[in-house]
Amino acid sequence: MASSHGAPPVFNNKLIAWIDHRLPIFSYIEKEYHTFPTPRNFNYFWNFGAIATVMLLLMIVTGIVLAMNYQPNADLAFDSVERIMRDVPSGWLLRYMHMTGASFFFAAVYVHIFRGLYYGSYKAPRELLWMLGVVILLLMMATAFMGYVLPWGQMSFWGATVITNLFSAIPVVGDSIVTWLWGGFSVGNPTLNRFFALHYLLPFIIVAVVALHVVALHVHGSNNPLGIDPKGPQDTVPFHPYYTMKDGFGLMVFLIVYAAFVFFAPNSLGEPVNYVQANPLVTPNEIVPEWYLLPFYAILRAIPDKLGGVICMFGSIALLFVLPWLDTSRVRSCTFRPIYKWFVFLLVFDLLVLGVCGAHPPEGWYVPVARLATAYYFFHFLILLPVLGKIERPLPLPSSIADAVLKKKAV
Amino acid sequence: MSKPTPTKLSLTKLVLAGAAALAVFAAGTLATAAEDMPPLPKHEWGFKGPFGTYDRAAAQRGFQVYKEVCSACHSLNLLYYRNLQELGLTENQVKGIAAEVQVSDLSDDGSVIDRPARPSDPFKKPFPNELAAAAANGGKAPPDLSVIVKAREGGADYIYGILTGYVPFEKLTPQQIKEFSVTKDDHFNLHFPGHRIAMPPPLEDGKVNYIDGTKNTLQQEASDVVEFLAWASEPHLEDRNRTGVRVILFLLVMAGLMYGVKRAVWADKH
Amino acid sequence: MASSSIPAGGHGDPTRRDFLMVATGAMGAVGAIAVAWPFINNLNPAADTLALSTVEVNVKAIAVGQAITVKWRGKPVFIRHRTEKEIKEAEAVPLADLPDPETDDARVTDTAKKVRREWLIVVGICTHLGCVPLGTKPGDPRGEYDGWFCPCHGSQYDTSGRIRKGPAPKNLLVPSYLFSSDTLVRIG
Repeated sequence: MASSHGAPPVFNNKLIAWIDHRLPIFSYIEKEYHTFPTPRNFNYFWNFGAIATVMLLLMIVTGIVLAMNYQPNADLAFDSVERIMRDVPSGWLLRYMHMTGASFFFAAVYVHIFRGLYYGSYKAPRELLWMLGVVILLLMMATAFMGYVLPWGQMSFWGATVITNLFSAIPVVGDSIVTWLWGGFSVGNPTLNRFFALHYLLPFIIVAVVALHVVALHVHGSNNPLGIDPKGPQDTVPFHPYYTMKDGFGLMVFLIVYAAFVFFAPNSLGEPVNYVQANPLVTPNEIVPEWYLLPFYAILRAIPDKLGGVICMFGSIALLFVLPWLDTSRVRSCTFRPIYKWFVFLLVFDLLVLGVCGAHPPEGWYVPVARLATAYYFFHFLILLPVLGKIERPLPLPSSIADAVLKKKAV
Repeated sequence: MSKPTPTKLSLTKLVLAGAAALAVFAAGTLATAAEDMPPLPKHEWGFKGPFGTYDRAAAQRGFQVYKEVCSACHSLNLLYYRNLQELGLTENQVKGIAAEVQVSDLSDDGSVIDRPARPSDPFKKPFPNELAAAAANGGKAPPDLSVIVKAREGGADYIYGILTGYVPFEKLTPQQIKEFSVTKDDHFNLHFPGHRIAMPPPLEDGKVNYIDGTKNTLQQEASDVVEFLAWASEPHLEDRNRTGVRVILFLLVMAGLMYGVKRAVWADKH
Repeated sequence: MASSSIPAGGHGDPTRRDFLMVATGAMGAVGAIAVAWPFINNLNPAADTLALSTVEVNVKAIAVGQAITVKWRGKPVFIRHRTEKEIKEAEAVPLADLPDPETDDARVTDTAKKVRREWLIVVGICTHLGCVPLGTKPGDPRGEYDGWFCPCHGSQYDTSGRIRKGPAPKNLLVPSYLFSSDTLVRIG
């Protein structure tokens, strides 16, 4: 057992020592996941990176076994999913785990992103870490969208039609691009085939980007609720067992909620109309994406111009890439930003409002509310964040993490 | 554990506020879905909730209703005769039910023949294909019922509402006739979006003579066939509920233990 | 895993803490196995596959001395209408001469315990390494014992489908079957 930080590990097991001398995987694990010095003051928001990783792996494993019985053919897809639900041993469980898992993977990642926003985890020197995270989010969205098409229900088909048609907004070449995406003159069998191939591929790319995300994280270590850097061993604890056990506890609590949905309300997060087989001649009354894409869908519809809507929707995520340079504040954590803190909460509320608007047809008061909420979203990042950082006076920072922890105990 | 600090408190509040907002959002969605529609009839289903199970006797009666009434127009493509054993019928009963139906097959010399169905055969379709179904039903094919309970907003309550929600033309108010432009030939249903439904009232008092002697009211027939269709939509529900209870109990104990371990590990740091 | 890594010097009763670690580790192991089960079970045959695991064959058209091959569970099944000579040969073999001793009667009995000596029904897969033996089609080599001959490694079967010579260890498998009439047999 290596107890002090950074001491070179010594392996008593000869085989492990032999392997490690040639391929230092054990040293790597020891260094990055055992002795790795981690700020001692994480709160439970710091569990969600580990939770998201577990969900990613769960999605991949369930997805692989589902693919063994799924038929990516427009005539067979719907029935093959129902065959998994009915005839394939444990098929209903794996399918519901996968279907509900998508929602919970996004939920975990959204909490993880909020954590990053609130505590300023995107700021120097973690800009690339943050940008890799945005890449993961984009890849997740693409994967989830293509996965939703696979059951070949009505919402699968019309969701695919509407979203691919976004590209027709591109001037001149738009229509050719859409035909190219479809491999035909409408969403059809070739579209389903390629979406299946890509839906199987992208998760492994996500794993690769997650690996880069972790490498980037371990260069400067984790941020923490105070947003100040650890100054020495008194400010940190080894990752294992302190945070492995804490993550384990958090994961169990998360899994309880997840299991409750998988077993008792598996269809509550989806649309009933997706249990109607795709019909290219009948559009459902309302086309809505899954809940995790609703805010972006609301932004798309809030702009009265087709191309403008598409640009704003993609822009709302692209904006996150430059977030580290939009924030001009000297301090990271909102704990010490008395004004901006409330605007982060307002942003969360704004996204919830956008979500509600995205779930409803764009009529009545949903239209002005969605426009207002869209305007705030862009105002928040493009104007408020740069300006407020210059004029806001942060609270005094504690001298060190250990200092703050000890003071807290004294209270 | 450390005492709650101001920061932590505000975060807790935030999480609660988020949960509340989501609840409002969910309620809002439900509220709009029910706009302009009378509330669906209240009915106690034994398959609701985490300990729900299907009433086998009701579902068997429901199969009788499907066989004698619904199956004239509605397919049940995803079901096989063998599935009926899960409803508590014996292997021989299922063979008997299947054998009453003639399905087409190829003989050894390649000619098309009719033969009695086997348990491994899918339920026979009322129409050879969707075009034929549409042509025979005024242009719109009657929907397949295999997953109908999952495929409609409101689920079992909605199907029950449709089956019991017909109002004869004579009993409509002049206002209803005007608002939904109902004519004498239309079928008015309280719970169908737009109220004018293509399907004529399928069930009525005395429509089916139950083998088990249950009184054959409209409500009884509707409730039985919904029980059957709910099972058809989600045949593994009971297994799912049983597994779910065990998994949640396991996770609760595991979470408790992990919390204990976490506390023990952190004991020297607090 | 967890128990060895707990830093010394923590508060609390060490025995109780060790118990906690062991209990958690044990629970975790049980959980991991339980999670693995649906993934393993998933690869088992599905209900629709199992439902097709019987096949019904009309044997009326098979003349005495002829044999046919039918597909059952994705495998060939040989149905041979045996001649009197073949039946006699099969019955005359002393059990001591057989590598896998089995009487002919035991191999021509259906699940209703009815013996039909004229019909031999065996799975057409050599018990050595899974090739399909020759001898069903007219003109096929049938080996020294008038039954089947496996071209892969030269195993020879007699008129009861029993192994007589060559590397195969066992007789050709007799599937469970039932004659519902004199001409209709259900295999499986």
